[in-house]
Amino acid sequence: MHWIDYASPHSVREAVDLLNEAGGSARPMAGGTDVLVQLRANALPDVNLLVDMKNIPELNEMTMDPEVGLTLGAAVPCYKIYGNKAIEHAFPGLIDCASLIGGTQIQGRASLGGNLCNAAPSGDSIPVMIALGGVARISGPSGDREVPLEDFCTGVRRTVIQQGEILVSLHFPAPVANQGANYMRFIPRNEMDIAVAGVGCSVVLDNGNIKSARVALSSVAPTPLYVKEIGDAIAGKPANEETLKLAGQMAKDAAKPITDMRGTIEYRKHLCDVLTRRSLQIAIDRAKES
Amino acid sequence: MPAKTYVRTIINGEHVDFLCEPRQSLLECLRDVIGLTGTKEGCNDGNCGACTVSMDGRIVTACLVLGVEAEGKEITTIEGIAKGSQLHPVQQAFLENAALQCGICTPGFIVSSVALLEKIPQPSEHQIRFWLANNLCRCTGYDKIVRAVQDAATKM
Amino acid sequence: MTTTDYERNIVLSNVEYNVVGTRPVRPDGADKVTGRALYGADFDTSGLLHGKVLRSPHAHARIRSIDTSKAEALQGVLAVVTGKDMPHEADESDGTKYSRDNILASDKVLYKGHAVAAVAATNPHVAEEAIGLIEVDYEVLKPVLTAPEAMKDSAPILHEGLKTEELGEKTDKVSNIANHFQHVKGDIAKGFADADVVVEREYNTVTVHQGYIEPHGATALWNTDGRLHIWCSTQGAFTARDATAGILGVPVSQVRVTPMEIGGGFGGKIPVYVEPIAALLSKKSGHAVKVVMSRAEVFESTGPTSGSNIRIKVGAKNDGTITALQGYLAFEAGGYPGSPVNAGAICIFAAYDVDNVLIDGYDVVVNKPKSAPYRAPGAPNAAFACEQAIDELAGKLGMDPIDLRLKNAAVEGTRRPDGPAFPRIGCVEVLEAMKNHPHYSAPLGPNQGRGVAIGYWFNIGFQSSVNINVNSDGTISLIEGSTDIGGTRASISMQAAEVLGIPMEDVRPSVVDTDSIGFTAVTGGSRTTFATGWAAYEAAQDVARQMIERAATIWDVDKDGIELKNGVFQSKADPELKMTFKELSGQLLDTGGTVVGRASMNAGGLGAGGGSFAGNIVDVEVDPDTGKTLVTRMTAIQDAGKAIHPSYVEGQMQGGSVQGIGWALNEEYYMRDDGSMANTSLLDYRMPTSLDIPMIDTVIVEVASAEHPYGVRGVGEANIVPPTPAIANAVHSAIGIRMANLPINSVAIMEAKWKQQGN
Ligand SMILES: Cc1cc2nc3c(=O)[nH]c(=O)nc-3n(C[C@H](O)[C@H](O)[C@H](O)COP(=O)(O)OP(=O)(O)OC[C@H]3O[C@@H](n4cnc5c(N)ncnc54)[C@H](O)[C@@H]3O)c2cc1C
Ligand code: FES
Ligand code: FES
Repeated sequence: MHWIDYASPHSVREAVDLLNEAGGSARPMAGGTDVLVQLRANALPDVNLLVDMKNIPELNEMTMDPEVGLTLGAAVPCYKIYGNKAIEHAFPGLIDCASLIGGTQIQGRASLGGNLCNAAPSGDSIPVMIALGGVARISGPSGDREVPLEDFCTGVRRTVIQQGEILVSLHFPAPVANQGANYMRFIPRNEMDIAVAGVGCSVVLDNGNIKSARVALSSVAPTPLYVKEIGDAIAGKPANEETLKLAGQMAKDAAKPITDMRGTIEYRKHLCDVLTRRSLQIAIDRAKES
Repeated sequence: MPAKTYVRTIINGEHVDFLCEPRQSLLECLRDVIGLTGTKEGCNDGNCGACTVSMDGRIVTACLVLGVEAEGKEITTIEGIAKGSQLHPVQQAFLENAALQCGICTPGFIVSSVALLEKIPQPSEHQIRFWLANNLCRCTGYDKIVRAVQDAATKM
Repeated sequence: MTTTDYERNIVLSNVEYNVVGTRPVRPDGADKVTGRALYGADFDTSGLLHGKVLRSPHAHARIRSIDTSKAEALQGVLAVVTGKDMPHEADESDGTKYSRDNILASDKVLYKGHAVAAVAATNPHVAEEAIGLIEVDYEVLKPVLTAPEAMKDSAPILHEGLKTEELGEKTDKVSNIANHFQHVKGDIAKGFADADVVVEREYNTVTVHQGYIEPHGATALWNTDGRLHIWCSTQGAFTARDATAGILGVPVSQVRVTPMEIGGGFGGKIPVYVEPIAALLSKKSGHAVKVVMSRAEVFESTGPTSGSNIRIKVGAKNDGTITALQGYLAFEAGGYPGSPVNAGAICIFAAYDVDNVLIDGYDVVVNKPKSAPYRAPGAPNAAFACEQAIDELAGKLGMDPIDLRLKNAAVEGTRRPDGPAFPRIGCVEVLEAMKNHPHYSAPLGPNQGRGVAIGYWFNIGFQSSVNINVNSDGTISLIEGSTDIGGTRASISMQAAEVLGIPMEDVRPSVVDTDSIGFTAVTGGSRTTFATGWAAYEAAQDVARQMIERAATIWDVDKDGIELKNGVFQSKADPELKMTFKELSGQLLDTGGTVVGRASMNAGGLGAGGGSFAGNIVDVEVDPDTGKTLVTRMTAIQDAGKAIHPSYVEGQMQGGSVQGIGWALNEEYYMRDDGSMANTSLLDYRMPTSLDIPMIDTVIVEVASAEHPYGVRGVGEANIVPPTPAIANAVHSAIGIRMANLPINSVAIMEAKWKQQGN
C-alpha cells in the first residue's frame, strides 16, 4: 500500500475541516472493511489521508424514540445494531442486513453508514434502508442537509456526498402499526458472500390488505434500485399470493442486471421475482405479528 | 518519509507501546513490529479469519484494522488465550478432538471460539457454524472443529 | 441446516495394537494451539529484506523490454531481478527452460500473474511501490484458455518450440498438445459389439485451486561463502532444494532447505515459486530476503489443478456385466506441459474389472498458471465423468448403482488399464460398506436426492529416511524429513512406538532440514504415514536389534535368546532376566554408548500398497426456485489399510469430502475473455465455510495392504475423488437432470431446468 496518513477527529466540525482542507485526497473511514481493502488493491491511488469516523460522538449515536424514530450514527458497527433490543423489536429489517454483512469479525467493524457510502450495487443494507424510508443526515463545509436514501446512491460507488461532507447519521421514522420489513439476498454460500440479487421491503397492512409498501433491489443495477411502482401497484390489494406474484413480476421487469461472475442477466431477473415474493411474505408475516 | 506514529495498547494484559506507519495493519504491527507471529495472514482482506484477534472484547480481523487504530485499546491474541502454562479449555478441546491438521487456521478459530463461548456458553451446532463462518479451514472440513467447540462448551 | 448427530465412525479392523489405532494428542499440538508454531511467513533473521514480485497483467504476451531503473532508484530498494538473472545456459533443455521461465519469464508471459521481475526492499510497502515503477513493454497476444480451444489448428501457439509427442514418439508438429498417449486393454470394438446397452457422454470440469489458507512464503540467504539457505513452507524440503538448485544452476550440495511448519498444501506446495526469486534477490542484495505471496498471487500465479474435457463411452450386457470402457481425457496443463492427465487416465476406470478398455489422454498447454498437483491430481476430474456415466448406465439397466459397481468391481489380480495388476485392494469392501450403511437406505425429504460414487487413487511409495536416538531416560528422538501437514509427526511416531513398546508420548519427533537427514520425498501422494512411517518402523527395528545386542552383552547371553515384547527386553530362557526399555536406555551410556537407529528406504513406486479406494453417499437438497444446492448429509467411506491414528484418518476423509463439495458446487476460476481471473479473493472464490456443510460421517474400512508392516495405505487423497460425481448423481436424483459440467452452481441448475422446460 502507498503511504497514507491517519487522523482521528473528535467532532463533526473537525472531520469536515480535515476533509475539506485535504481536497480530494482524504477519505472518511468507519469500519474500514471496504476502504482498507480498496486501498490495498490499489483502487484508491489518490487517497493519502484516512479520516476515522469512529471517535466522533454523533457518528456513534443509537437513539430510539417511539415518536421520532431511530437515529443511527453512521459509524455504528453492525454488532451493536443487532445487539440492541429496541432496534431488534422495531426494525427487524435492519437486523436482517446488519447480521448478514460479512461474518462475525467483519460485523465487529462494518457500519451501515459505510455500506451506504461505499455505494456498491450489492450493498446489503441499502435496499431495506430505502424501504424503511430512511434519510441521510449529511454535514459539510456549507452546513447540514438531509437526503432520502433512495436518492443517495448516484452510480457505482458514487453518492450525493460532496467533497468535505460526511454522513453523520441515518434516520428512520418510527414504525407504524401493522408494519413489517425484511431484507433477503441470494448468495451461493450461506454466509460470507456478495449478493447475486437482493430485495428489501417494507409493508403496512390494513385488515389483510396491503395499505402501503416500498420495495428496493440490490445487485441488479448500477445502484440499489428503489422500485416505487411496485408499492403503487400493490397498495390496496389483498396480501395474498396473487399480489406477491404481481410484485415479483414487476421486480423482475424493473431489474437491469449485468452478466458477471456472480450470475447472468436472466438468472438475476428470475431471482428478483423469487426473492421479492419471499421477502414480501416475511414482511407481511412480521407486520401481522407486530 | 513521513513520521511514524506512537501507539499505546494493552496486548494480552501487558502494556505494549509501538511505532508504526499509519498504513500498517494491526496484523502487520503484531507480527512484524511486536513479534507476535501467532496471528496468521491468509488473505489480508477480511475473508479467512486467520488473523482474528479480540479488540476491546469484540473479535475482528486484524488485517482490516490499522495499527494506529489500536491506540488505547485492549487486544487479545492467540498468545494470550492460555493462562500461563494452563491451556484454555478450547485449546485443550482442539487438541483432544484433532480439530487441526495443518494448524494455520487454528489461532483464528481458537480466538473466535473463545469469544463465542463467552457470549453463548452452550451454542447449538448451527450457532457454532454461523459464528465461525468468517474463519476458513481448508483441511478439516470443520467437523472436528465444531465438535471441539461443543466439547469445550461442556467443560467450561 | 439440520443438526444431526450421525452415528460415529465405524472402524473395521481385526488386529489389535498397543499404540497403532489409538488417538493420542499430536506431539506438535501445544505449539499449534498457542500460536508458537512457526510457519513460512513467520521466519525472521537479522537484516531481513522483503521481496515483492511484478506480475504480468496479460495472459499471453511477448516481453519486448523491461526497464527497472526507476525501481532501483527508489529509496529503500536494495535489489531488482528479472528473467535475465536466471542462468539459462546455452545447452539448456526445454524442461529446464520451462521451469526457469515459470519462476521469472524470459521471453514470453504465458498467464496473467506470470512473474516478470522482483524487488527487495527494507519494507514490504516500499517493495510494492518499487514494482509499480518497473516498466515492461509487452507485445500482447491472443490468449487461449481451454483444452478444446487450444487443440484447434487455428489456436494461438504458446511455445513455438513445443512439438507434440504422439504415442511415445516425438513428432515435428508444433502445437499446444504436448503429449497424446493411450492405454489399451483387450479389444474395444468387440467390447461394444458385445454390449446390450451403451452410454456415451461428454463432461467438462474447470480450473480449481487447492485453497490452502497459508500463502506461499520463503526466506533465502545466499551467504558470502556461496551457500544458499532457504526457510520455506513446502511439502518437501528435498524436492524444494533440488528444484531450486536446478533452476539456479547450482549443485544441490550448495543449497540447504529448512522446512517451516506448513499451512496446508494439498499438492500445491510441492513446486517452488518464490524460493528461487528470494535467492536471486538475496544474492544481489547480500541480505536475507523474505517473499510472501498475497492471496491474489496464490490464485493467479501458483498451480491450480487442470480444467478438463472428458468423454466416456461405456457398454454393458443386460445383466450388468460391463463389456467395454472408453475414455478420452484432454487436460489443461497451464502455461507449460505437465497436467495430471496421466494420473487421471490411470484412475479413471480403476474401480472396474473390464476386459476391453481404451483410454486416450492429451496434455494441452493453455494461458493459465502452470497446473500443480491437487489431492489425487486428475482423479476427481476423471471420476466426475466416469462415475456419472456408470450411474446413468445403472439407471438404464434398472440396477442399483452400488450393485452394478459391485458386479464389475476390481479385485486383487485385476489389471489396471495402464498395465499393472492390483495387489490386495479394498474396492469391494468399500462398496459393501456403502451398501450396508444406514445412510444408504435413510428416507429423503422433498427436493432432496441421493447419489453415490467410488474413486481410486494409486498412492506412491518413494524414498524416506528416519533416524532414532535413544535417550537415557527411555524416550527416543525421532528425526525425519517429512514436513508435517496434518498430524504425521503423530502417525510416524506411533509406528516407532509400537515397535519399541513405548507410549507415543515418549517419542520426540523433529522435522529437520536437508543437511540433517537422508533424502525424503515429498509429503504428498498419500505417502507420508505409509513410507516415512515404514522408515520409522525400520529405524525402530534397528534400535531394537542394537538394544537386544546390548542386553546380551550386559547379561552375557546370546542375543538370539532375547526378545523385545511390549517394551520389555526378556531372556527367552531365563524369566528373571528382563529389563524395560527405559531401564536399558539408562544403561546405554555406561555400556558402550548410546544407540542410534537408522533407516533409509524406498517404499515402492506408483501404486505402492495397492492404493486406496473411497466412496461417498451424499444427499442434496435443491431449492426448486433458485437452484441453490445444499449438501444435507454426506458419508465418506475409505480403505485406510490400517488407520494408525483414526482421528487424523477421519480428518483427511472429512477434509477431502468438503473440498469435493466446494469443487462440485461453487469453486471455479471465473475467466474473463482476456484470460484474467475475475475472482481472485476468498470472497469470490467460494470455498465452503462451516455454515455450508453438515457433519461428515466417516467409515474407515481396513483391508490391510500386503506391503506395509502394519498394513497402512495412504489416505490423504482418494477421499476427494468420489464427491463431485456423487453430488452430481444426487442432483440428478433430486431434479432429474444430468449436470455434465462443473461447477454445478445455482445458475447452471436453473439454466438446465429452463432448457428442459424448453424456454
Ligand atoms: C470479508 C468481507 C465480507 C463482506 N461482506 C459483505 C456483505 O455480505 N454485504 C455487504 O453489503 N458488504 C459486505 N462487505 C463490504 C463491507 O464490509 C460493507 O460494505 C460495510 O458495511 C462497510 O462498512 P465500513 O464501516 O467498514 O466502511 P468503510 O470501509 O469504513 O467505508 C466505506 C466507504 O464509505 C465511506 N465512508 C465511511 N463512513 C463515511 C461517512 N461517515 N461519511 C462519508 N463517507 C463515509 C468511506 O470513505 C468508504 O468509501 C464485506 C467486506 C468484507 C471485507
Ligand atoms: S488475513 Fe485477515 S481475514 Fe484473512
Ligand atoms: S487445519 Fe489447515 S486450514 Fe484449518
